[in-house]
Amino acid sequence: MSDKSRIDEPTGTATVGHEWDGIEELNTPLPRWWLWTFYATIAWAAVYVVLFPAWPMVNSATRGMLEWSSRGDLKAELAAQDAKRAPIAKAIAATAITDLAARPELMEAAIQGGSAAFKVHCVQCHGAGGAGVAGAYPSLTDDDWLWGGDLAAIETTLTHGIRNPDHTETRFNVMPAFGKDGILDTAAINDLVSHVRVISRQEKPSASSARGAVLFEANCVACHGTNGEGIRELGGPKLTDAVWLYGGSREAIAKTIYAPRNGVMPRWNDKLDAVTIKMLSAYVHSLGGGEDAPAPVLTAQPKGEADNG
Amino acid sequence: MANPDALAGAEGPLYVARKGVYPKKVDGPFRRLKWLIMAVTLAIYYGTPWIRWDRGPYAPDQAVLVDLANRRFYMFQIEIWPHEFYYVAGLLIMAGIGLFLVTSAVGRAWCGYACPQTVWTDLFQHVDRLIDGDRNAQIRLANGPWTLEKIGKRTLKYGLYLAIAFWTGGAWIMYFADAPTLTREFWTGEAASVAYATVGVLTATTFVLGGFMREQVCIYMCPWPRIQTAMMDEKSLLVTYKDWRGEPRGSLKTALAHPGSVGDCVDCNQCVAVCPTGIDIRTGPQIGCITCALCIDACDHVMAQVGRPRGLIDYCALDDVAVERAGGTAQPVLKTLLRPRLMVYLAIWCAIGLAMLFTLGQRTRLDLAVQHERSPLHVQLSDGMIRNNYTLKLRNMEARPRKVAISVSGLPGAQLWTETGSREKASQRVEMTISPDSVTRVRLFIAAPADGPARQDFTIATQGRDGDARGDADTIQFDRPEAR
Ligand code: SF4
Ligand code: SF4
Repeated sequence: MSDKSRIDEPTGTATVGHEWDGIEELNTPLPRWWLWTFYATIAWAAVYVVLFPAWPMVNSATRGMLEWSSRGDLKAELAAQDAKRAPIAKAIAATAITDLAARPELMEAAIQGGSAAFKVHCVQCHGAGGAGVAGAYPSLTDDDWLWGGDLAAIETTLTHGIRNPDHTETRFNVMPAFGKDGILDTAAINDLVSHVRVISRQEKPSASSARGAVLFEANCVACHGTNGEGIRELGGPKLTDAVWLYGGSREAIAKTIYAPRNGVMPRWNDKLDAVTIKMLSAYVHSLGGGEDAPAPVLTAQPKGEADNG
Repeated sequence: MANPDALAGAEGPLYVARKGVYPKKVDGPFRRLKWLIMAVTLAIYYGTPWIRWDRGPYAPDQAVLVDLANRRFYMFQIEIWPHEFYYVAGLLIMAGIGLFLVTSAVGRAWCGYACPQTVWTDLFQHVDRLIDGDRNAQIRLANGPWTLEKIGKRTLKYGLYLAIAFWTGGAWIMYFADAPTLTREFWTGEAASVAYATVGVLTATTFVLGGFMREQVCIYMCPWPRIQTAMMDEKSLLVTYKDWRGEPRGSLKTALAHPGSVGDCVDCNQCVAVCPTGIDIRTGPQIGCITCALCIDACDHVMAQVGRPRGLIDYCALDDVAVERAGGTAQPVLKTLLRPRLMVYLAIWCAIGLAMLFTLGQRTRLDLAVQHERSPLHVQLSDGMIRNNYTLKLRNMEARPRKVAISVSGLPGAQLWTETGSREKASQRVEMTISPDSVTRVRLFIAAPADGPARQDFTIATQGRDGDARGDADTIQFDRPEAR
């Protein structure tokens, strides 16, 4: 310990008496207001501890007199958001889906809302962004629609579903299991495949496809149309384009004819409110393949072997 | 709670009360310079938000506006968007280097003349003089009993403090919204709560820091004196008491009785009386000195009265102190100011400023950012072509609607259309009108033949179609399914 009453020469300041290896501490007094500020922060801390969650307990913390929590904040914010959206939801509810396009601000809101709902209810099958799953679930972003791709058609599909066993208004059709049920033998199926590959311009016409054309005439045109162009009203898929839900290779087509999947889509009118369904329809329509009503007649055909042949 | 004064160490208290500072009125060139700077800075601060600037119907007409809600910064004819924040960064760097420059040239000139703490403290000290009188009257009043007169004067003074503080807080928020509108909303109770809170906080800080804390802020709270000390060198000009000329001090009487026995300092204490931080410059350079130079004015005044040359206290560099003490003549101020270090600072400062001005003049006001949508990466279309989806952000940074065209290059056979168009009407380019002063988001669909690389780089470009053909382009990928 150094001499307590020592005055430091160069500065003329007294030392407080602490000394470490020759380094001494000078007594430069702090301003008094600084001390009071310090006391004020202690007082503030005492008040804070009483008002807000502070002491950690076994499972949670003390709740504080104001009962504040970040969860509570979130709840209030969500409620405020809902309240803010209420008028738009009401307007969407009051607008027929076919009139939505004429109200860009509602359309925009519907697409946004639909995008959120899609992530919850639809991505499990149709994938993020409606990309679909090859060989299992249809892509919603392309320009090929089994049951129609205008807003109203999409809304109907969403509302009633496809092949819902418990629902009379559901969209319904069945493709017979030509192979499994013994309607056509393997050779016949093989010829049919050739024909389908020809009309979709993946193969050149052959003897097999000529036989297949006859079979097609007899078994398929009722649903797929005379030239395989599909029949929307019946949900009969178009066979002449490049989009294949279950694949367009020989094997895949043969497999479908042998034992079709007849996929099921749940109806949503028992799970979601009408506004959400409308918003989902708007979103799906916006993904890139949405059609105007009435649907345009797509005449374009994929380029392929047939062009050369 | 313990009485802080009782918390005493062996050699005195660990805490001290603030000593009152009652600076005396003074006149002189430095005081006048301070008046001028005070008038200019306060006028800029209070007045700027009220300057109007016509930008047409689509942008605010306030000359200087920080529009936080829409994330725009307007400054006369310059408009800064959030992605151009580097201009603000550049300004901050210029401010920093400017301070290096000033500090190494003339020491704490910022503190002495331009710091808001100094300017407002100065203003409040004038209020003190206006209500309470000059130094002696102020001291008398402070030490006197609480008479009716004192209560009245204090009420009046603090009322004035509060008015200035409120005006100061109020002026601040004007930079963030249309000033006339905000003023009306403020007084009719319609302004946002954050406006009231901001005014409240700034009123409080101005009232406390300018009215009461004053030099305590500079001595105990502000980091700047410490930083400045590191920036100064032996050639920086400091307010210096020339002790070799002034000491030993003695009154005029002594000087007359014993010529040659005393220095020039007549120990009149005027330099201490006028000091706004209440220090004695004659004890040497110290952290409490903000180099306001008022003691120079005061001392020069006294020297004139006693018929001695001015400059007993004066701006002087440490190098010159050594020279003068040894009896030499200091080098001219101009030479000190033109030293290489300052020139380098000045050059950097100017270079940044010029570079910013140049880029400001060059920047395009139409800007494009493209994002490739990832789910799905590519879509098989019925006719065999492949479609990719893109989200375009078109920034129209001008205060007028723009007609623009979007086109692609490097993608043979591409057809493009937007969400409002359709494949049937798809073509090689899309034209649209985008709203003024905003970002327009556009979903762009591009279809291209399936035969091509799985990943193909190409360019999406936008271009003005209304006379100004400048634009922007972005290179992005087109994805196709891997060969099956
Ligand atoms: S010390 Fe800090 S607060 Fe005081 S004048 Fe200088 S910069 Fe301003
Ligand atoms: S010592 Fe002089 S220059 Fe320094 S703060 Fe006081 S009056 Fe100003």
